[in-house]
Amino acid sequence: MMSEAIKQEPKIAGGPQLNVLQAPPVQHRCWSCGDMRAEHFCGECGHVQPALPTDFFSFFGLPRLLELDEERLEGEFYKLSRKLHPDVYSRASEREQQWSLEKTSQLNDAYRTLKDPISRTEYLLMLQGIQLEEQSKIATEQARAFGVEKKQTVPAELLEEAFELNMLLEEAKQGGVDDDVRGQLISTRDALNARMEAMQQELEAAWRRWDEGDASATDVMVDVLNRRSYLRNLLRDIHEVLG
Amino acid sequence: MADDKIVGIDLGTTNSLVAYMAVGPSLAHPDAPGKGVFIIPGEDGSPLVPSVVAVDDDGHMLVGNGARKVLLTRSERAIYSVKRLMGRGVEDVREELKLFPFHLAEDLAPGEVLRIHLGERTYTPPEISAQILRQLKRNAERFFGTPVKQAVITVPAYFNDAQRQATKDAGRIAGLDVLRLVNEPTAASLAYGLDKKQNGTIAVYDFGGGTFDVSILKLRDGIFEVIATNGDTHLGGDDIDNLLIAVAAKDIAGDLKIDIRQSAEAVQRLRQAMIDAKIALSSTDETKIDVELPGGAHYLRTITRAMLEEMIAAIVERTLGPCRQALRDAGVTAAQVDEVVLVGGSTRIPLVRRKVEELFGRKAHTELNPDEVVALGAAVQANILGGGSEETKDMLLLDVTPLSLGIEALGGVTAKIIHRNSTIPASATEHFTTGVEGQTSVAIHVLQGEREMAKDCRSLARFDLKGIPPMPAGLPRIEVRFLIDANGILHVSAREQRSGKEAEIDVQPSYGLTDEQVENMILDSFDHAETDLLERQLVESRNEAETILTALAKAHGGAAWRKLSFGEQRTAEKQEAALRQAMTGTDHNAIRRAIDELNQGTMRLAELMMDDAVGGALRGKNMDETGMEDGPAAPHPIGKAEFE
Repeated sequence: MMSEAIKQEPKIAGGPQLNVLQAPPVQHRCWSCGDMRAEHFCGECGHVQPALPTDFFSFFGLPRLLELDEERLEGEFYKLSRKLHPDVYSRASEREQQWSLEKTSQLNDAYRTLKDPISRTEYLLMLQGIQLEEQSKIATEQARAFGVEKKQTVPAELLEEAFELNMLLEEAKQGGVDDDVRGQLISTRDALNARMEAMQQELEAAWRRWDEGDASATDVMVDVLNRRSYLRNLLRDIHEVLG
Repeated sequence: MADDKIVGIDLGTTNSLVAYMAVGPSLAHPDAPGKGVFIIPGEDGSPLVPSVVAVDDDGHMLVGNGARKVLLTRSERAIYSVKRLMGRGVEDVREELKLFPFHLAEDLAPGEVLRIHLGERTYTPPEISAQILRQLKRNAERFFGTPVKQAVITVPAYFNDAQRQATKDAGRIAGLDVLRLVNEPTAASLAYGLDKKQNGTIAVYDFGGGTFDVSILKLRDGIFEVIATNGDTHLGGDDIDNLLIAVAAKDIAGDLKIDIRQSAEAVQRLRQAMIDAKIALSSTDETKIDVELPGGAHYLRTITRAMLEEMIAAIVERTLGPCRQALRDAGVTAAQVDEVVLVGGSTRIPLVRRKVEELFGRKAHTELNPDEVVALGAAVQANILGGGSEETKDMLLLDVTPLSLGIEALGGVTAKIIHRNSTIPASATEHFTTGVEGQTSVAIHVLQGEREMAKDCRSLARFDLKGIPPMPAGLPRIEVRFLIDANGILHVSAREQRSGKEAEIDVQPSYGLTDEQVENMILDSFDHAETDLLERQLVESRNEAETILTALAKAHGGAAWRKLSFGEQRTAEKQEAALRQAMTGTDHNAIRRAIDELNQGTMRLAELMMDDAVGGALRGKNMDETGMEDGPAAPHPIGKAEFE
């Protein structure tokens, strides 16, 4: 019998689930020359190796830390791209082409996730088994499916601003955007952007604590990300009206 | 094989080109200018092959300039701009096709691959495109004297999965192994990058015959990293032409009370006139049009550049929104863009240049011919895939997927799993389960696009995951892996994790051909290609034979002929008779051999004629007296002028 698929939670975008503990380094023999392989290529003959489940930090040989040297990450990304990309293997065996394709997609997924500070934090939290309520896709989907607004708790500090903004947006929807409404929307937008900045600072402070081994920083990060997600939705609504 | 040549092909809406870059500096082709990248000309010497396919009354396929002539006289037997139909369904193109002279097959169902009437049968867009590709392949084979089997083909950056797959199918039908599909603006940046090895952010604005793309790239030590891309696959010079035709048709209906749409040929004459006027107005301020209408009356008008600009302003404006979106997605401001590159024929329009330079606040690069730069870039990528050379050894292209990939979730919403502007190859893994006890299959609907609701996105395919072991609802755990490869094409694999069984995937591409259909088309075209090729070779060899025989007949009895020994004269006459004998047969190889022998045997005759011609010119005699005109050594018409 046939029925629509139901998506399963939880899941981790792009990567397999791992324990918080670093997996011990796995040693394999190169399929081509039998030498002990490095992470991505054989240290001896340079051939690409099959993709193995790995977490994104290990993929780059980086420690699992949130304060990350972004320039070094970019440098590693370019260096690995030059060696792993399918362009380099276009004349290799079909097997190596397939591995190159899988490795490169893993590389790209890892780079995309780690280079952005927010997705990096979310990813690290996920590795720790923490699902962010606001980020949960299934909650969004279910809310949409039943035609209701997704329930979001308004952060206390934003209560007043959110209330006024919703009035303003309602007004704009009814009566159009005149110069007065536009001006108010723009000043609200700027104020919210400033808050975004402040949250970024808060997040970075939490990173430092986490990197130093302070487990309580996790709660701070979850809190910041949830508030940030709410703020982002407000900003999106403003952009929609301003066009 | 290491010796196999990989060509770069720009399969354009209006024109198509094939280019090549020599592998390794020592092998650089002598004809190749600069870095060894060059456009391979067609038989007529032109670098551009118009993307027009026609069928003549004998059922022969014509491609390029020959087909364009048919379009003007018997438009129902020709197809142009077929690229606009690639990977599209009947419901997508019904409105659009009102402006084109072709007719769709009558029995098309929504979601089915289009078929278009051409001559006595119908063809799918990939089959029509394959005709163009085959012509380019032939041009390259004639140029190199060896078979060409591998190619890199460019596609608009904003092409979706179905449009890309259709292009790849076209390559296969044409007998080409398509090693890579490269995005057109990215290819252009590669061509420019050969000369300028520098770091920075560049914007490529590619406004072609039928599509518009904009890409923002970061250049770093030979790595070309696309940060964001945007565009419109149905916005190009064609739209400008159609607008001008519509304005003129209304004008004609009002002034002359003639409905030009009654005559397809007249519409094509009008179309050509408006295109000519549009092109002229890129270099002059004013131009005249004169179109003969059905019934003999003429439509006469003077158009100024200002009038044209007013008419097309809205179309040009439509390209700026995607530019702004691409900048936003890339996280850069217009001022942070270091270089702007213009690509595509429509960027010759002064208004387009002005608007782009206004938006980015800087002068745009136009050093490379906007019609050729994409093909040249494709050849550079072909060179890289072939192992690279001194010029390309540090070059690597990192492109992105232009559209988000999603799956239809509960309530008909789109759940995005790979976001637009993700570097490719990119992948995502999703887990699914069953909703009913004992359920053995689940259906997954894959979408592409940015909209929230599934119905507003492009349907890519429906997959049935079959063979799930019967289990209580919710227990099976099916892992589905979505992988977008370096061509921007999606691959899907699935596995039921509890049983470890590979789930079967039954793919129903929404607007694509099945593998079996493509295979049949390859076989079908192969049969024809064989006969086509033999026929063409025979015609070509006979033409060549005629040329040499005519020249020999002229020389016969002239001063140079009389200087030959008796033996030399007899040999030439014997060889001439042998060639005439060979021409009565159908073996083009036999004709070629006879031509070669006759050429050898008359070499001294040609030399003597050349001497006489030079001597004659010095003494002030005219060419006819020397018997030199169209002599075997100088069949080219401009050869004569050199002596005057």
